[in-house]
Amino acid sequence: MTSLTTVVLLTTPVAVPLAAAGGYMLTSLSQAAADVREPARSPVRQPALVGAAGGRVDRAAAAPPPGGDGTRRADWFGLVSPLAVIACGAVLAATRGDDEAVTACGGLLRADALTVWMLLVVGAVALIACATAPSYLAGERAAARADARSTALFHALVQAFLAAMCLAVLTANLGVLWVAIEATTIVTAFLVGHRRTRTSVEAAWKYVVICSAGIALAFLGTVLIYYAARQAGISEASALNWPTLVDRAGQLDPDVTRLGMTLVILGFGAKAGLVPLHAWLPDAHSQAPAPVSALMSGVLLSVAFTAILRYQVIADAALGTGYTRTLLTGIALLTLALAAALLLAQRDYKRMLAYSSMEHMSLIALGAAIGSPLARTALLLHIAGHGLAKAVAFCASGHILHLTRTTRIGRVRGLLARAPGVGGVFGLAVVALLAFPPFSLFASELGIVRAGFAARMGWAAAVALVLVLIAFAALAARTARMLLGPGPAACTDESPATSLWPLALGLVACAALGIATGPLTDLLQDAAQAIGAR
Amino acid sequence: MSESLYTQLLDLACGAFLLAAVVILWRRELAAIVRIFALQGIALAAVAALLGVHEERWDLVVVAVGIGVMRAGVLPYLMHRALAAQEAGRDPYETGSAETRETQPLVNVAASLLTAAALTLLAYAVAQPLTELDPTPATQALPVGLAVVLIGFFVLVTRRRALAQVVGFLLLDNGITATAFLATTGVPLIVELGVSFDVLLAVLVLQLLTTRMRAAFGTTDIDDLRELHD
Repeated sequence: MTSLTTVVLLTTPVAVPLAAAGGYMLTSLSQAAADVREPARSPVRQPALVGAAGGRVDRAAAAPPPGGDGTRRADWFGLVSPLAVIACGAVLAATRGDDEAVTACGGLLRADALTVWMLLVVGAVALIACATAPSYLAGERAAARADARSTALFHALVQAFLAAMCLAVLTANLGVLWVAIEATTIVTAFLVGHRRTRTSVEAAWKYVVICSAGIALAFLGTVLIYYAARQAGISEASALNWPTLVDRAGQLDPDVTRLGMTLVILGFGAKAGLVPLHAWLPDAHSQAPAPVSALMSGVLLSVAFTAILRYQVIADAALGTGYTRTLLTGIALLTLALAAALLLAQRDYKRMLAYSSMEHMSLIALGAAIGSPLARTALLLHIAGHGLAKAVAFCASGHILHLTRTTRIGRVRGLLARAPGVGGVFGLAVVALLAFPPFSLFASELGIVRAGFAARMGWAAAVALVLVLIAFAALAARTARMLLGPGPAACTDESPATSLWPLALGLVACAALGIATGPLTDLLQDAAQAIGAR
Repeated sequence: MSESLYTQLLDLACGAFLLAAVVILWRRELAAIVRIFALQGIALAAVAALLGVHEERWDLVVVAVGIGVMRAGVLPYLMHRALAAQEAGRDPYETGSAETRETQPLVNVAASLLTAAALTLLAYAVAQPLTELDPTPATQALPVGLAVVLIGFFVLVTRRRALAQVVGFLLLDNGITATAFLATTGVPLIVELGVSFDVLLAVLVLQLLTTRMRAAFGTTDIDDLRELHD
């Protein structure tokens, strides 16, 4: 591969979403300017036609209907960047040599097998979320809760969010990794508070305060690792460079590294929804618009967790495997117990899905704690399966919210009779989350548990199994209550069949991954190798 | 600059840095808290500048000026503006300036000061391996940075006004920046720039959310945020 292609392949996943975000931002600003210019004609910001490319505001067309062609085209334009991310991931996967990673921009950007795997997952989940956004926004416009300007702002923030996640996955510099993950917090704060209701403002506040404080701990940890690296004689320029640190981890001072690692795991754990700084997760996920919840739950949590995986390689070489294993096992089991307990008492279906995310993240953390090749392969597969299934479930819950206008489980009945399409997709997504075959979560959970027993961590695996069973019962009972039973007398709801294809596609992908990983097998194993499967 | 003068000045700046954090715990007027936060920013810039002069790295002095502008100028200005907006939006017939005072912190002031003392001791205990690794005047002052991080966390969880929580978050961040400078004379420039940018944005986000919170709830008391729970 020539160096130019490498540079293009590594910068595209960040540059394309950023450019799209800029485009949408300009649209939003020109919309605002138009509003200021004609305050008399449009005292309440009126929906207007917005050209997709240039943001041309056509006021001449008198009283354009809400959600005109231009707006709808602008909604679909958001699909460009997920497709670009997937394309780059696929090309990187196909042209990947047997040996190490490719780098660009002076070693700042770096793609190894783990990066490529995460790029594919981010792209796939973003594709589902962005493809659902048009129908979500059409619903918002119909309910007069969104106008052209807030829609453009929504798109701009989603694209910027995507760019930050891709940067976090692609960078080799641990400092830049931190900056990218903190940037996701700032960008998504407005998305969580997008609806500007009391509850969404509350959720956004909690989200920013808890995540920023939590991730500040991760920065302190990063600083301490940097200190240890400098004292070990690594030059200033490469003391935060991940490959350099992995190579020379044996020379790091163990005491300082241990302190740094604890802070890093707590800090990035906050962003990954792990105990003790998990309190923002159910609030933010239940208040954010459905496509944003899908992105946050499906990939943001796992992208934050890949940061922990990167650090774990350094810690294992510097401290031996015992320390991080104990810490991660404890955090994983506590998170799992909390999620299972709160799932039992849940009355709100979006919060139910949020707690289910915590359950799956703790299984991934358990996989990282076990650390055998099987466990690592399984946890990477689990990241992919959970991302796809959870994105589908959250997007379907957005449809359910539009249909029933409530998030209370008790007020949703007979969904299958009322809207077979939406109900069916939601039901299947929950079945996937319950880890039934053929969905890939079955294979990955089985892999994690088997690896646990093989690595003499049988007790942890057994406790986890019991807790997963409790969560299973709670989730299954709640979902059955929503789906089954007779529909309401006046069944006038139409299921928006055209908007369900991305969700069906996501479910098919999840099931296909569960049956065979096909061409991805090598990539998956190499990715497990990259994070130090031992 | 002689070695002993450098050590004394560094200790003085670090002492002022820690003292500012303690005084923030002591005061209740939000306006006073913002002023003291600005003074702490100056102390932080002085620490960075001293390290730069001592090691004759002039790029560090430039970074120190940047930190001074940001922490003692821009951030306090933003908070001051948020505070002024709250003053202006206040009902003139309302008695007492409830919005600009921390009326009911979860822990009273005397107990807060005692906790700060305990947290400082804890920071010294935790930082033991850090100072032992490379005992220089700078790393021996390192526990001060950690103590400010801990005090920042304490402010964050015990204060009930939205703006006081923002100050807690910024104290936390000041503490981390001080730790970075004392341990390694600062992280690489690209990371430092990213961090400063993120902090600035986080404060802008929090300021905007404060405005929305007042529009939605009529107050910035965090205790009113209790609609979401299990």
